[in-house]
Amino acid sequence: MSRRNVLAAKRWRLEMRSRILHGMRLFFVERGFVEVQTPVRTPAPAPERHIDAVRSEDRYLQTSPELYMKRLLAAGYDKIFQICPVFRRGERGRRHHPEFTLLEWYRLGADSEALKADCRDLLQAVCAYVGRFPRFSYGAHLLSVLPPWEHWTVRDIFLERAGWDPFQSYDADRFTEDLVEKIEPALGFPAPAFLSDYPPEEAALARLRRHGDVTVAERFELYWAGIELANGFSELTDRREQENRFQECLDRRREEGRDVYPWPQRFLESLDDLEAAAGIALGVDRLVMLLTDASSMDEVTAFEPEHEP
Amino acid sequence: MGATLTASDLRKGLKLEIDGEPYLIVDFEFSKPGKGQALYRCRLRNMITGTQFDRTYRSGDKFLAADLDEQEMEFLYKEGNRYHFMNTSTYEQVELAEASVGDAKNFLTENLHVDMLFFKGAPIGISLPNFVELKVIKSDPGVKGDTASGATKPVTLETGYEIQVPLFIEEGDVLKLDTRTGTYVERVKTSA
Repeated sequence: MSRRNVLAAKRWRLEMRSRILHGMRLFFVERGFVEVQTPVRTPAPAPERHIDAVRSEDRYLQTSPELYMKRLLAAGYDKIFQICPVFRRGERGRRHHPEFTLLEWYRLGADSEALKADCRDLLQAVCAYVGRFPRFSYGAHLLSVLPPWEHWTVRDIFLERAGWDPFQSYDADRFTEDLVEKIEPALGFPAPAFLSDYPPEEAALARLRRHGDVTVAERFELYWAGIELANGFSELTDRREQENRFQECLDRRREEGRDVYPWPQRFLESLDDLEAAAGIALGVDRLVMLLTDASSMDEVTAFEPEHEP
Repeated sequence: MGATLTASDLRKGLKLEIDGEPYLIVDFEFSKPGKGQALYRCRLRNMITGTQFDRTYRSGDKFLAADLDEQEMEFLYKEGNRYHFMNTSTYEQVELAEASVGDAKNFLTENLHVDMLFFKGAPIGISLPNFVELKVIKSDPGVKGDTASGATKPVTLETGYEIQVPLFIEEGDVLKLDTRTGTYVERVKTSA
């Protein structure tokens, strides 16, 4: 196929993408959310152990807008959302591009349960808006956005499908491998599924709470048809605790020979003013994949990351 | 010695040296769950033995690119289970064991030009042209006559390879064969 034809063949999916974005904006604006824009270039990306930022002169391209979004939360902006490009070095696969689009939204005075309700309402509204309500085909599967949506805790699903308890003896390598190979592929059929309550080691910016005999991070992931769609949590608002976690994360990055990001001092100071809050990031490209029956992000972006203009 | 690679260089088609042997990545998937570390899941095929296995790598892992080289060779003759070839530019002679020649032996005739693959200077296999022409040396005349479409019969080619062909093929015919599938394409010369 000629280059022109490759682009022309994407037309239906790119038009769907446009409608999905529009449907998202309508959803949030109708609910009183304010769409915000924050700097794409930042001096201090969020310290995450496994996310590598791309340098841009003396700054970095954002890996997520979350620190700036939380600065707004701390200043009293109680319902905000943003749809923006984010950049992560070295991520390239069927479901990963080094530049992709995130939808993030935040609520003041809410916890992760409120975000789960938002997820249900948002996906139902967007599906309806683009003619995918209540069911649609994805590959060989007939997916549905109708309830019931499954709710799993990390502990229960690991015990059932991987045969061990990550809260008893946490092992990062084993956790990731079993998650990718034994758990994710079967999650979210036919309706989306939530996976909640992560080991504290798996959530750098989430609030912790006691759950029975263990401490869990109030973080959840949303899966649909085996695809990880969104990651949300009740925000950690304890400045000391956040400083400790950032420090530990940056120490690990130093040990591993990775870029050690500058200290996000202003963000940490703003936590003193932050009440309870919750926030979530949703991969827009992956949602477009699902709603347009595409098996890779290459099919739902006009130009692949390696493409020249 | 091959170049040193990192996990982010991994991709389908890349050739690596693992435990002293060359491997081809025949399938590749990059995964990175949520806040977790990146996993580079590879299906690897040993380029000498053909055996396959799956292995998952992580960022930080280092790799050696397989030190491979390809040279054009002409097939000379077979002696016992050794196949003798000659480099078409240096005229140097190289021999290869039958096991390394593999299924390609079904299509090797004298003076055929092939590409020989070398790993760290030692020959490990050959790749054939996509199409070759071979003569039929044995065809059972008894099966002749039934011209129902799609019907085939076995014949033996000059290399000893037995293949299914249409019923009109006769002893002495020269056939064009697809070496990738090992199948008959067309008759290029009749015996008459």
